[in-house]
Amino acid sequence: MKQFLTVVAFTLLTIGFFSAYSNYGIPQIEPAPPPKEEKLDLGAMTMDQFIALGERIFNGKGTCTLCHNELGRAPMLGTLADVVPERLKDPLYKGAAEDLESYLIESLVEPSAFVVVGFGKKGTNDSESPMPNVAGGSIGLSEAEVAAVTAYLQDSSGAEVTVEIPTHVAEADEEEEAEEREALGDPAALMAKFTCDACHMINGQGGEVGPKLSKIGAEHDRDYLRRALLDPNADIAKGFEADMMPDDLGEQMYVTELEVLLDFLVALK
Amino acid sequence: MNRPRFILGFLIAVLAVAFGGFDALAQEVQEAIAAFAPAPKLTAADYPTIAGVNSRIAVWIFAQLHLWFAAFVLAVPIFVFIIEVIGMKTRDKRYDDMAYEFIKVSITAYSLTAILGGGLLFSLILFYPHLFNYLSTIFSETMFYYALLFFAESAILYIYYYGWHWLQGGFKKWVHLTLGLGLNAVGTTLMLLANAWLTFMMSPAGVDAAGVFSGDGWAAIHNFLWNPINIHRFVANIAYGGSIVGAYAAFKFLTASGPQERAHYDWMGYNANFIAICALLPLPFAGYYLAAEIYAYSQQMGITLMGGIFAWLFIIQAVLIGTLFLSANYYLWCGMGRSDGAKRYTKYIKYIAIVLVGAFLVWFTPHTLVLTNEELKALGGPYHKILGPLGIMPAKNTAVNVMIIFTALSFMFYRRANKVATVSWVNAGNAIQVALFTAGIANIMFLGIYHGYFTNTVYKVAASIPQVLTTVLVIVGSITLDSFIYKGSREVAPLHWGRIPGRAQYALFLLAVAFTWLMGLMGYIRSGIRQHWHVVDIMRDASPDAFTPTLGFAANVVSVAAILFMAMVIFVFWIAQVSGNKTLPSGYWKEMAT
Repeated sequence: MKQFLTVVAFTLLTIGFFSAYSNYGIPQIEPAPPPKEEKLDLGAMTMDQFIALGERIFNGKGTCTLCHNELGRAPMLGTLADVVPERLKDPLYKGAAEDLESYLIESLVEPSAFVVVGFGKKGTNDSESPMPNVAGGSIGLSEAEVAAVTAYLQDSSGAEVTVEIPTHVAEADEEEEAEEREALGDPAALMAKFTCDACHMINGQGGEVGPKLSKIGAEHDRDYLRRALLDPNADIAKGFEADMMPDDLGEQMYVTELEVLLDFLVALK
Repeated sequence: MNRPRFILGFLIAVLAVAFGGFDALAQEVQEAIAAFAPAPKLTAADYPTIAGVNSRIAVWIFAQLHLWFAAFVLAVPIFVFIIEVIGMKTRDKRYDDMAYEFIKVSITAYSLTAILGGGLLFSLILFYPHLFNYLSTIFSETMFYYALLFFAESAILYIYYYGWHWLQGGFKKWVHLTLGLGLNAVGTTLMLLANAWLTFMMSPAGVDAAGVFSGDGWAAIHNFLWNPINIHRFVANIAYGGSIVGAYAAFKFLTASGPQERAHYDWMGYNANFIAICALLPLPFAGYYLAAEIYAYSQQMGITLMGGIFAWLFIIQAVLIGTLFLSANYYLWCGMGRSDGAKRYTKYIKYIAIVLVGAFLVWFTPHTLVLTNEELKALGGPYHKILGPLGIMPAKNTAVNVMIIFTALSFMFYRRANKVATVSWVNAGNAIQVALFTAGIANIMFLGIYHGYFTNTVYKVAASIPQVLTTVLVIVGSITLDSFIYKGSREVAPLHWGRIPGRAQYALFLLAVAFTWLMGLMGYIRSGIRQHWHVVDIMRDASPDAFTPTLGFAANVVSVAAILFMAMVIFVFWIAQVSGNKTLPSGYWKEMAT
């Protein structure tokens, strides 16, 4: 029995060491939350703001700097204005662009149209680019975002910015997901952000379109409230109508915000 | 294939045949199975919850426990089969007995594997119903055959295990061996099918950009990362199985009641460790191939794996792999005490230890340091000019190749310890071996230093293939030469099995625990590089847990799962032991009462 306990203690200590090292021996990096579509107010944007947006996307959501950096995984883009005219004449060029703007847009969505020598996918003899289509898959840039990145690339390589700020996508983008923002940790700020008080009354403040929340924590448990937030039509409180509350709060809120709000609601007794 | 549609198609087929309409049958079946739905776009409300249970952690722990047991029970029959063949070939019954004891240890683990697999299935259906439904639409056939193969696996296993003593000698032994082969064939096929499901989630194939299935099941199975995972898991399972059985032997050694029993379990522990090391040596290459293929499939995924948020995970991995190599070597060095002739080699061991620790420290060096602005200024940039390249692939590859070569050297010393060569050219042979090792190590170092310091990023990985080939050449060349040098050699004295310190057994425990934990950690990263996708680029994870947890959090989940696993393994070992215990209750039965 003593041997058994010694072995158990040794095993637990070993596992404990691995765990402790992983927690305290290396930096704990909080990975970014899943990317969300930028809410673009294109109508009110100046060209400088549009270029700045492109830069933000280039360094963030577009994940461009994963490869286009000084480590040499992909070509640097500062000299595009000079090299693109030559590329367009290159016999290896397979695309249909005629100028810098159309070339940049094309290379963002069809990266294999021209592959810089030495940067092709392994085994393809530089005929295929390892870069993904930025408008599809896990990057998923919208048309306006692709235009913004193009404007930024034109600007940063010293060329004249010829891209126009798209206007036809502005309306569609209005309906897209919320813009990327810092997660809120204060329930009052959350209530204000998602305009809960427009319909719900708490301690005499707020509207009467939805049920009063002043003692909601005493009436329902956390799971009920979570369901009510994520799927408001699952249970309709007596005397109220369905389809009145937005059913996309689960998409708009960060997970931590949902929990903060639930903590707050559960405590209302 | 979608199950309801398949059933509908089948019913239509039966009706059509019944009424003689074969043309109509073809058309109806075609229509019934033709249109597959795209992958669903989910919202947070599409994920059922249970109060007090975190869905992701529940699925995670079930999947990890299932995988550990599955790895164990798939690996044991592989080396049991090989050991049984060795026993038959050498007519040394000890091998047959050891093979039987190995399979006996794993028998209870089979039912636990199935139970945990059921737990994983239920938790997936419960917490991620849309994901499961989508995957089962594509993999309905493989899931069905998977279930059937489980029956076959159980049937063969039971005959193989319970018929062990019955199917002995002559033709019967051949029948038994054939059963062993069949058991392995079915077990491996089961693993390949399950691997297809998980690799589809990483590198989907047979579907369009919206996730609409083309109907080609083989394309979905044979996706880009299927074979790299198959190879990596196959090799890793053997190393893992060896390490777990080694821990069993170590415990039995420590609790043995006499020298004979101690000698038996020492021998068993040695063989288990030998199996683990044999599989451990090629494992870094299989891992490298897998990582290279991940890059080839998606550069973005590859960089997330090695250069993004997961980069620090490889520093933890370095600690674990360092632990594995050091403990495996330490066990071999302690094991040299069994031989009276080992003194000739013990003086070299300290140098091997220094090299292993040095190589471990290189592997352990991170590439990107977390620095303050002042530190950045003092350093002149994010990377140290001389030590910085130790953080990148050429240095890591150099370190692991050197570790592997020196582990092989430890093993050669162990083999030589009890032998005296009798061939006339022994000095020349030794000189060639020294030259081979020296040239090989010099070549590996040169390749590593040249590509690490003097080439740009694109060419840095170019060192890996020639380094691996050099390592393989040195190991195969020296072992082949060694076998000729020691042909017809005489023994110094019979090996003293059981003459090994108790602390060496803890090296075997460490090997098993480190392996278990490492598998858990690498399982996290394999799954984690999908980030916020259930099926990469096809089906987005919209659950509240779609974010990537920190490494510390992941490590804690792995630790909890590892403790649960170890508790279950202790139960399995205990059951294997209890089955051999007998109690004679005096006066309990009426025959005894007289």
